[in-house]
Amino acid sequence: MEFGPHLMLASLEGAVTAAILALTAMGLSIVFGVMRVVNIAHGEFFMLGAVIAWWVASLLGGHPAIGFVLALVLAPLIVGTLAAVADRFILQRINYDPDRTIVATIGLLYIIQQTTLMTFGPEARPVQPPFNTRLALPWFEYGENGFAMIWPWGLSITSYKLFVIVAAITIITGLWLFLTRSKAGLLMRATQQDSETAQAFGVPVQRVYSWVFGLGAGLAAIGAVLVVPIQQAHYLMGQDPLLLSFIVVIIGGLGSLPGTIIAAILIGMSDGIISVFFSPTLAKIIATLVVAMVLVFRPQGLLGKSEG
Amino acid sequence: MGKINTSKFTRRGVLKSIGAGAGVVGASAVAPGLTGFAQAQSSAPIRLGFQVHRTGIGAAYGRWYDRTTQAAVKRINDMGGINGRPVEIITEDDGTDPKRGAEVVEKFATLYNCDIAFGTLFSHVVYGSAPRAGELKLPYFVVSEGHHVASGKLNRYTLQPGITDVKSQVQAMAPFVSDNLGKKITMIYPDFAFGHDHRDFFTAAIEAQGGTVVESIAIPPTETSFTKYFPRIPRETEVIYHVMVGPAVLTFVKELGEFFGPNRPEIFGFIDSLEAVDINSPGLEFLENTYFWEGHPRNAQADQTSYDKVYRAAVGVDDNGASLDDPKDFSTYSHMFGCWETLNIIKAGMEAADYQGPADRTKLIEAVEAMSDMPHSDDHPQGAKRFNGKTHQTFGHQYISKVSNGKLVVEHTTSIEDGLYEDEVDYTTQSF
Repeated sequence: MEFGPHLMLASLEGAVTAAILALTAMGLSIVFGVMRVVNIAHGEFFMLGAVIAWWVASLLGGHPAIGFVLALVLAPLIVGTLAAVADRFILQRINYDPDRTIVATIGLLYIIQQTTLMTFGPEARPVQPPFNTRLALPWFEYGENGFAMIWPWGLSITSYKLFVIVAAITIITGLWLFLTRSKAGLLMRATQQDSETAQAFGVPVQRVYSWVFGLGAGLAAIGAVLVVPIQQAHYLMGQDPLLLSFIVVIIGGLGSLPGTIIAAILIGMSDGIISVFFSPTLAKIIATLVVAMVLVFRPQGLLGKSEG
Repeated sequence: MGKINTSKFTRRGVLKSIGAGAGVVGASAVAPGLTGFAQAQSSAPIRLGFQVHRTGIGAAYGRWYDRTTQAAVKRINDMGGINGRPVEIITEDDGTDPKRGAEVVEKFATLYNCDIAFGTLFSHVVYGSAPRAGELKLPYFVVSEGHHVASGKLNRYTLQPGITDVKSQVQAMAPFVSDNLGKKITMIYPDFAFGHDHRDFFTAAIEAQGGTVVESIAIPPTETSFTKYFPRIPRETEVIYHVMVGPAVLTFVKELGEFFGPNRPEIFGFIDSLEAVDINSPGLEFLENTYFWEGHPRNAQADQTSYDKVYRAAVGVDDNGASLDDPKDFSTYSHMFGCWETLNIIKAGMEAADYQGPADRTKLIEAVEAMSDMPHSDDHPQGAKRFNGKTHQTFGHQYISKVSNGKLVVEHTTSIEDGLYEDEVDYTTQSF
C-alpha cells in the first residue's frame, strides 16, 4: 500500500483504539482522582461489560440493533451497580487504605475473571453490530492528468467503526457536562479537592465514593459494549485495556480528565500508526517507554498538578 | 406413648439391614458391567492422562477434544476395554500454557500413576511438555499437527500417530494452490511454532511448484484486532494463504473480508482460521467460492462413508459439523478426529504389546513403532494412515474444500504419497 492511504488507514484504526481507550481510561482516572483508589479490577469491569452485552444480545432475538441498544443501557448499569456494591462491602470496610485497596482489587479481579470462566466459559463469543457497512475511502493523487481521485485497495472503514468514534466523543462530552454542570458533578469535584472539608460541608462522601466507583466501572463497560461487535467477548479480554488504561492515566496525570483524554488520543493513535507501519509489539514497547520517561521527567503526568 | 419399645427390631436396626440389602442389590447391578473385563489378569483400569486445553487460547479445541475423547473411550470400553481392562481418563487442564503443560505431564506420571499421557493441540504446549514426559519415561501421544515430532526435536517417548503434521499437509496442498489459484502468495499465520511450521514448509513447498511467497505476515496468537496488519499485503498478491488460531479467529476472518471488500484476491485458508466458528456467521459472506484445507470434512459430504457416520454420531456432531445439542456450537472437526484415532492406536498398541502396567511402557512404544498402514475404518474415520515408526509421525489424506452456498464441499483429496517427505530422525535408535 502507498504511504498516504496507508497512513490514513492507520490513523482511522488508531482513532477507534483511542476512542475506546479514552472511555476506559476515563473510568480509571475518575476513580483515582476522586477516591485515590488504584483499581486493578478495572479491566475486569470492562470484560464484564462485553460479556453482559453478549448475554443481552443472545437472549433477545430479532434485529441485532435491539440487543445492542439494550446492552448499551443495561451493561453499564449492571456493572456499575456491581462496582458500587463492591465499594460498599469491600473498599469501605478497609477504609480506602492505599495498600489494602490494591490487594483487594487484585482479589476482585480474580473473583470476576474466574466466575466468568465458570459461567460464561472460555470461548470467545461474537456480538453482531447493529449496522456494519464497508465504506471504501478515496485517495487524492496528483498524477499526469492533474488531480485525480483513486480508490486504493484496502483503504476502507466500516460504518460501525465510525459510530464507535462518534459515540465515544458524545459520551465523553456528556460526562464532561455532568461533571461541570450538574449538582452530582459538583459533589464529586468537591470530594476530589478535599474530602474532609467536603464532608464538613455536608457532602455525603461515602455515597459519592460508591457512585464514583460505579461510574468508573460503568464507563469501562460502555467502552466494552462498543468494542464487542468489533472484537468478541472473552474472559481474558480485560488485561490489555487495564494495562493501556494505566499507561494513559499515568501519562495524562493521575486524576486529570483532560490529561487522560489527550493521553488516550496520543497512545491510541500512536498504537494504531506504529503497529500498522512497524509491529504491534513495538507499539507496546514505545508506550511503556513513554510511561517510564514521564515518570522520570514529569512524575505528575502531562496535566497533573505536582503535589506539595 | 411413653412406652418403652422392648422389641428386638429397633428402627435403627431395621434401617441398617435394609441398607445392607440395598448394597448387595446395588453391587450385583454393577457387576454385569464388569464381567466383560473379568478375564484380565488385573481388572484395574488402564489410566490415560488426558492433557487438555480447558482454558486459555485453545479452549474451543479443548472442549471438542474432550468430547471426542470421551466418545472414543466409551466405544473402547463398550467393546471390552483394552486387554480386558476398562479404560479410565484422567483429565487435567493445561491452560494452553507450556509451563503448565509440563506440570500436568508430571502429575500424570507421579500423582495419578497414569499408564500414558495423551492429548493437547497447541504446539508450544507440546514443546513444553514432551521433554518432561521423556524424563519421566511416560509415553506421550500428542494430537497436535506440529512438525515437532518428525523434526527429531523431541524424544522416543513422544509420538504423533493419529494426525498428520503441518509439513506434510502443506506439501500436499501446494500443487493445488499453484495450479488452480495463483503463484504469488501472501501468507498470514500465527506467530509461534505452529505458524512458523506453516511459513517455513509452505514457502519451500510453493517454491518447489514455481510459486513465490511475496509477503509473510506473522500475527501474535493473542491478538484481537487485525486490520492493522493487512496493509502489508502487497498489491501483486494473487492468493492469500491464511491460518489463524486463538479466540479471535472470527474477527480475523471478518476483518480480512472488510479489508478487501469486493476486490479480493483468491483466498486459501486453513480451516484452523474457522475451527469452532460457523462459516455462515454474519460478515463471512465473502468466503463464498474461497478454498479451505480441511483435516476432516466438516460438512457431511454427498459420498459420506459409513465410518464418518459412526464417528459423527458417537461424538454428537450433526451434518453441518455442529453439536447435536446446540446447532450454534461448532466443532473443531478437522482436528478432533486425531483424538479418536490416537486412542484406537493406543488400544491396538497395548494389545500388540500385551500391555500389563507401567513396566511395559517401552513395549508399548515398540509396538506402536512397528505399526505402518492403517485402513480407513471405524477406528480411522478420517481416512487411511501410514505411520512412520522411525519419525513417530503419521501420514494421511488431506481435503481441499470450496465454500459453496455456505457449505464446505470437498473438491480435491490428496493421496498419502503427496504428503510424504524424507525422514529427519530415527527415534528407534535412541535408547529408552
